[in-house]
Amino acid sequence: MSIVIYVAVMAVVTYLIRMVPFTFFRKKITSQFWLSFLHYIPYAVLSAMTFPAIFYSTGDGNTVTAVAGTIVALAMAYFELPLIAVALGASAAAFITGLII
Amino acid sequence: MKKDFARGMSHGVPIMLGYLSVSFGFGIAAVGKGLSALCASLISLTNVTSAGQAAGIDIIAAGGTLLEMVLVQITINMRYSLMALSLSQKLDKRFTTPHRLAASYGITDEIFAVCAAQNTPLTPAYMYGVIFVAVLGWVGGTAMGAVAGEILPEAVSNAMGLVLYGMFIAIVMPPCKKEKGVLAVSLIAVVISLLFKYVFTVVSGGFAMIICAIVASLAGAWLFPVKDTREGKE
Repeated sequence: MSIVIYVAVMAVVTYLIRMVPFTFFRKKITSQFWLSFLHYIPYAVLSAMTFPAIFYSTGDGNTVTAVAGTIVALAMAYFELPLIAVALGASAAAFITGLII
Repeated sequence: MKKDFARGMSHGVPIMLGYLSVSFGFGIAAVGKGLSALCASLISLTNVTSAGQAAGIDIIAAGGTLLEMVLVQITINMRYSLMALSLSQKLDKRFTTPHRLAASYGITDEIFAVCAAQNTPLTPAYMYGVIFVAVLGWVGGTAMGAVAGEILPEAVSNAMGLVLYGMFIAIVMPPCKKEKGVLAVSLIAVVISLLFKYVFTVVSGGFAMIICAIVASLAGAWLFPVKDTREGKE
């Protein structure tokens, strides 16, 4: 299947998700259950996307560097450093580990 | 009108700087999965969303179905509906339907956060200013990352593969410390994700993620209902 079709589908779906409520929806959701559900969705998505995929993110056979980067990311995030600092710190840790081993 | 646009642009600069490094990582990842630099940039220009794009190129690389793509994008990007909903309550009367159709394109976590923090009603010019600068950084970073991915030494581009995941951890960790519910939801999601990866391997990655997100969030909503209804402060 052509990549262009995938990209078009991604773009249209993502746009509609933003556009429909912004343009047409005027009421507020009041159900506490569904508000809670929507509140948790991003965290569930990001956590599931990150683990275990992060351990494979530095290429085949480089699990050790990925684990090092993950530990550094978790530690830096725990101390609430800025997003960019955590992202680049994780990469730097993986790179340095790769030089050592 | 012009002043609003300029003010929006100045508020967009920090977002642009953040986007540059993250989308650089996306560009590298996209090229690593076999997409061209042009295609990666086109995805960034038309989607403007990190998690959705990262999942999207996974599905493309794995040759997934279009239904999977649609459901994954809906699940991952559903939060934008809430942000759009929230912003729609504080729009200036200059925000006519055509302006709403145009500006909704640029509702991201960071742009939402900046717009939601404004004390005055949002004007179209202001939002266009923020979006213009932020998207410039997002697409520019993608293109640079994609080109760099082809010329950088392998050790560097491999390490850069962690950039997006590092950012995801940085988003999730602080609320995990403050809210038991977020911590529980995140741990449930990780456990289910591990099960799909190593035990129930027949389920494809996209569907596995949808199930993770919905099951973990339902559990969270049931066990830890949120009292404050303010949304989007990731």
